[in-house]
Amino acid sequence: MPDSPAIASSGAATAVETAHAAAHPDYLRHHFESVEQQADTTNFAMWLFLLTEVMFFGGLFMAYLIMRNWYYPAFVEASHHLSIFWGTTNTAVLITSSFTMAMGVWCAETRRKKGLLLSLILTFCLGLVFLCIKGIEWHAEWVQHHVPGLHYSVESFVNPASDPEIYAEYHDRALSPAMALRTEMYFFLYFAMTGMHALHMIVGISILGFMILRARAGSYTNGHVTFVENVGLYWHFVDIIWIFLFPLLYLVSRHG
Amino acid sequence: MTEAHEHQRHIVSPKVYLAVFLSLLCLTALTTAASFVELYVFNVVVALAIAVIKAALVVLFFMHVRYSNRLTKLTVASGIFMFCVLVGMTLTDYFTRAWGQW
Repeated sequence: MPDSPAIASSGAATAVETAHAAAHPDYLRHHFESVEQQADTTNFAMWLFLLTEVMFFGGLFMAYLIMRNWYYPAFVEASHHLSIFWGTTNTAVLITSSFTMAMGVWCAETRRKKGLLLSLILTFCLGLVFLCIKGIEWHAEWVQHHVPGLHYSVESFVNPASDPEIYAEYHDRALSPAMALRTEMYFFLYFAMTGMHALHMIVGISILGFMILRARAGSYTNGHVTFVENVGLYWHFVDIIWIFLFPLLYLVSRHG
Repeated sequence: MTEAHEHQRHIVSPKVYLAVFLSLLCLTALTTAASFVELYVFNVVVALAIAVIKAALVVLFFMHVRYSNRLTKLTVASGIFMFCVLVGMTLTDYFTRAWGQW
């Protein structure tokens, strides 16, 4: 802008600039009319992304439903080898992390920097706790040779008594060798679904780590909350995936 | 001016978040408890019904859809609808392939 001494010296210019700054804060991009429009647009885009995620996980859920219908006895007995205790605990952990994330969004909206930091750190830690518990479960499956393709063993299914603890609880009947082989499909889908979910958690936790650093520097509590809101949407979406994975993988086959 | 901007954004209160959080924990306990009861085909029905209620709570309150504009509501609704169409059509195919063959 060319210097105009007449206006610069008038003092009215500062008033104009202040009004301009209030209407156009520095986080408002030039191609948007208003902060409101910018927020709506970003929100819409985030939801479109989440819909593609619904379709992505939908395919896995679909495969699980069809395979469970085809190889029902194998899927029932295979699911008896998951720990309902760890599954329930992890669901509680993830729901708590969604609550702390929601509180983080509220803190950003009401410009509470300390509250935002605390919420983000809690969410970050709960996400790690979830992954650790998942790791404990995966390790147990590795020890039992229930990882498909890696020394997979059908021993627990052709000879259920070989696993005394689970046999005492469920009294599973021995599967035919052909059906016992299909348990590998259950564990393949189990690892694909929980693994893909865990990958989403890792991405979410990484973004949270980045946000904690930015929030310490005062970001997000200056009125520009779009990023926190959208990461919140992502985090809650990952929570919803688990809300469906948990009953389908752990619970529905308990009574076969 | 700033008031006008902040007025349009609905801020969900922590009380609502807390109520939703506690409901979700109760529903989790309920779904686990229900799996220990022999309900035959209804074990699946109950587990999925509770999961749908939990997901609805998360979407409406944690994800603010209840307080969002019509564009967002329409987007979410069309996504769920499309998902149901795809699942429904695929299942009608797979579950009826053997019909009439026994």
